Amino acid sequence: MVAFIQLLGRVVLNWVRETGRIQLFLLQGLALAFVPPFRPRRVLQEINQIGVKSTLIILLTALFTGMVLGLQGYYTLRKYGSEGALGAAVALSLIREMGPVLTALMVSARAGSAVTAEVGIMRITEQLDALDTMAVNPVQYVVMPKLLAGLIAVPLLTAIFDVVGILGGYLVGVVLLGVSSGSYFSGMVQSVVPLDINGGIVKSLVFGLTIILVASYKGYHTEHGAEGVSRATNQTVVLSAVLVLAWDYLLTSFFM
Amino acid sequence: MIQVIDLHKSFNGQAVLDGINLEIPTGKITVVIGKSGVGKSVLLKHLIGLLKPDRGQVLVDGLDITKLQGRKLQDLKKRFAVLFQGGALFDSLNVFENIAFPLREKARLPEGEIVRRVHERLEQMNLSLEAGKKFPDELSGGMKKRVALARAMIQEPEIILFDEPVTGLDPPMSNTVFHLIKKTHAASNYTALVVAHDIPEVFSIADVVAMLHHGRIIACCGPEEIKHHPDPVVQSFIRGEPDFLEA
Repeated sequence: MVAFIQLLGRVVLNWVRETGRIQLFLLQGLALAFVPPFRPRRVLQEINQIGVKSTLIILLTALFTGMVLGLQGYYTLRKYGSEGALGAAVALSLIREMGPVLTALMVSARAGSAVTAEVGIMRITEQLDALDTMAVNPVQYVVMPKLLAGLIAVPLLTAIFDVVGILGGYLVGVVLLGVSSGSYFSGMVQSVVPLDINGGIVKSLVFGLTIILVASYKGYHTEHGAEGVSRATNQTVVLSAVLVLAWDYLLTSFFM
Repeated sequence: MIQVIDLHKSFNGQAVLDGINLEIPTGKITVVIGKSGVGKSVLLKHLIGLLKPDRGQVLVDGLDITKLQGRKLQDLKKRFAVLFQGGALFDSLNVFENIAFPLREKARLPEGEIVRRVHERLEQMNLSLEAGKKFPDELSGGMKKRVALARAMIQEPEIILFDEPVTGLDPPMSNTVFHLIKKTHAASNYTALVVAHDIPEVFSIADVVAMLHHGRIIACCGPEEIKHHPDPVVQSFIRGEPDFLEA
């Protein structure tokens, strides 16, 4: 029994310590964005890596998500004779929930894992130490641009996801299943309020920061060679996904 | 001068440095020898503040690097350069950009001057201008070391730390790298600390040789003196006797 309590205590203490370290890492990374040199070129490079290169996968995911929502929504609403509400149902599902969450999960799988692998390899090959010895702060040079890129790119990708998803719903609902185009869009305009859009934006900002923070932190603290990089990458994808879903619940309850 | 005074460092309760005392004279090449895993690289990382000791001091011209923080530490680091074991070249930059990196970050020179200095270093390291366009993953081990040496030299630092500069290289390339260290030292007269276990080649560049064993410096003298050092552990290591390795 004592051993169990000791184990529990150790686990909780480790968790608290690790959470504190991640928060300090975040504060350091964000604070360094306001300290010269500002490195706009590095931020643009990271927006390209994290955002632009994720666009195709976001387009595909959004299109098929919207199409599935259109199909499911149509057959559900038809039972109640409310096919005209299809546009509102698709738009609200995407803007409030599916757009931010699925974008975050896709970015985490594609860019989050890549960030961990990149930073982890820089750690084990002493590139981060090399920066330090040249009096260049590794957090400012490597991590800060990625955090800013996450904050900028993920909301933009979410917006793309929402628009393409709505078009996917239109393709199935209107073009294939015959819902009136006017009712698809007018229902949407009447139902979506600024709070829905604001909620989606806040979620995507939080998710973007969370994904890149976890990815950078895990990479920055990689140990034990190639196996360590593999483990850190794995942890990034799992932890990011869990945190995105946990944040989603908290933020949804806040915006309801 | 760099003075290491009573330096202690443990990892997971295991003492790696157990009271190191060492003086690294200005303008000389000091070589630290010792078997693999004895803590040579750990000692080197303390000299530039990459690791903080459990106890002890590292004085660089009287300034204790273990106590410095912020701007003062950054200013002191600008006097150093490090050649890491694997080169630590930045994967995302080509050879030219790697060598130019310290100048672009810290020196604020016109681009033309940066290009001139990088070309000068490429030539000094017997690397072609064409090699400047290659990325680190396209280079051989020897080329990586030479590029890393060029990057270390580009800001003409006062102190250069070499972490096993010839590990993994074939004998001719090892001799080339040692020759380049000797040549650049003769030209710039920097203070050097070389961590290595390549006996006897490393003696050809050393002014002072120190041997690290069980967390302590057990011998520190000139290369000729160390060859005749009375300590049997030193003699055993220099001769490469297997009983020492197992001890």
